[in-house]
Amino acid sequence: MIARRNRMIPALFILPSLLFLGIFIYIPLVQNFYNSFFDFSVFSPTKEYVGFSAFEQLFADKVVMTAFINNIKYAIISVIFQVAFALVLATILEDKLFRRIAPMLRIIYFIPVMISISVIALLFNFIYNPQMGLLNSFLELVGLESLALPWLGNATTSIYAVIAMSQWQSIGFITMLFIVAIQKIPKELYEAANIDGAGKIRQFFNITVPQVKEALFVNMLITITGAMLVFNEPYILTNGGPGTSSMTLSVYMYQQGFFKDNMGYASAVATLIFVVTAIFALIQIKVSGTGKDE
Amino acid sequence: MTKTNENIKADLFTSDTQIKKARLAKMDKTTRRTNLQGKISKNIILLGLLLFAFVILYPLFWMVVSSMKSYDEIYNNVWGLPSVWHFENYATAWSMGISGYFFNSLFVTLVTIVLVVLIGSMAAFTLSRYKSRWIDVALIFTIGGIMMNPQVALIPLFEMLTWMNLINTHWALILTYVAYRLPLTIILIRAFFLSIPRELEESAIIDGCSEFGIYARIYLPLSIPIIVTTIVLTAYFAWNEFMFATVFIDSDVLKTIPSGLMNFRDALRTDWGVLLAGMVIAAIPMVILLVFLQRYLVRGLSEGSVKG
Repeated sequence: MIARRNRMIPALFILPSLLFLGIFIYIPLVQNFYNSFFDFSVFSPTKEYVGFSAFEQLFADKVVMTAFINNIKYAIISVIFQVAFALVLATILEDKLFRRIAPMLRIIYFIPVMISISVIALLFNFIYNPQMGLLNSFLELVGLESLALPWLGNATTSIYAVIAMSQWQSIGFITMLFIVAIQKIPKELYEAANIDGAGKIRQFFNITVPQVKEALFVNMLITITGAMLVFNEPYILTNGGPGTSSMTLSVYMYQQGFFKDNMGYASAVATLIFVVTAIFALIQIKVSGTGKDE
Repeated sequence: MTKTNENIKADLFTSDTQIKKARLAKMDKTTRRTNLQGKISKNIILLGLLLFAFVILYPLFWMVVSSMKSYDEIYNNVWGLPSVWHFENYATAWSMGISGYFFNSLFVTLVTIVLVVLIGSMAAFTLSRYKSRWIDVALIFTIGGIMMNPQVALIPLFEMLTWMNLINTHWALILTYVAYRLPLTIILIRAFFLSIPRELEESAIIDGCSEFGIYARIYLPLSIPIIVTTIVLTAYFAWNEFMFATVFIDSDVLKTIPSGLMNFRDALRTDWGVLLAGMVIAAIPMVILLVFLQRYLVRGLSEGSVKG
């Protein structure tokens, strides 16, 4: 009796989580692939099989191209600011020169991370507002009103305005991850380098960067994957506009699915998103797997 | 990685004292020159750090100050302090809908936390204590869940929840939030459970403790730190989640803060002071919670990112 119960318990313990993962994560994934081959609307009782036509449409769709390029811009700029700049920032904050002020700055830089994206995005609506916005008022204040623009209403600047907000919010997050990684570096390495007379910049490239290599890589992948998936920021600030100038793949999927009611086509866009992010995820598994063997 | 480490150490140990002395003498000469340079560059960097802190803080400060202004003043006096402090904006925001969103968020967040901790720790218990081919499969199944993202599942989940009659209920959010938080939670708790010494449970078994007793009386109490981390991570996620909250819930009465704020903005039109007050109310709980529990959040995020 006891033996039998013992064998049952591990299974009972893990069953709920397997059900959750299966029903809400894996089935939808498979269902999404399946949906990509059909044409249907939200409340239609039947789905019409259309084969690969959604994918043919996908590769001919100029908006998909615009969105994909915007996602790539998002990724590149985020890697520069959230990875490269954040690493420099974390190094400076961990330097003993700034020991006294660093804990305070760390919390300040981290505050935007704690605030919900909808609050941040509404706040940036005020900052970018063409009439009373903080950004244009500031430019006026310092005599650069010629540079003032309707940042979100202008097709050339809208995506960059959205990306800039993301940087503002997320630099503190990646900085924090780097700080954790830097704190694990043995202090003797820096002491030895000091005795050898290596300057701060050489120490950064010869000690800090190689020592946080794994974190650097993981943070880069988190940032890139996040940029390929980005939905909230462009959706709230511009809804992909003006026109389709600040469209991203996720926003386009949402619009196709829930506004234009092309659920099948939206599923094909989602499949594209999945393939793009899965590639990065596989790289991450591969690299973090080999990292453990070392 | 370790190579550079060893090289530098070896370098340090093999160099004899003479070379060291010569080096130190050379350093002494150069330090006087570099001291001044060092001070200047230190101050420039400090200025940069403070400027960046200002860029982060000023918009937030502006949000709080402007939340007590009238529309006219927000529009015409962007930089100044309010001439009359409209504290009543907060009361208006609260009674005009924020209170409802607030309690919806609270309910969804709390139920999500309870379910994630309970279901996640139970799964972690099995995954850390038992070994079989099936357990390995279950572990891969769980880790794989981290790679899946909500965007790809959005449309199928919408179909499924509609079919289950759960669309437009809090359960649509709770169930999906739990599912997407479980993989990371299980992996974090499992890693912690693996570090619990086996002798503890052996003596418990001798004392007649059941499997469930081992889980509830030994593993859970010993794992408080990682459970706090899980709670903070889950609260952070559930309180701020936007996409599911927007798509799965249509009724204004049921909306959580992130999606509710959008309705709030549309309803207010130009009553910006009240809107800003609502935004401050939405932001405050997480900022307070995380300023105190930041340690746990950072730990969870960094462990999760490396292991994920």
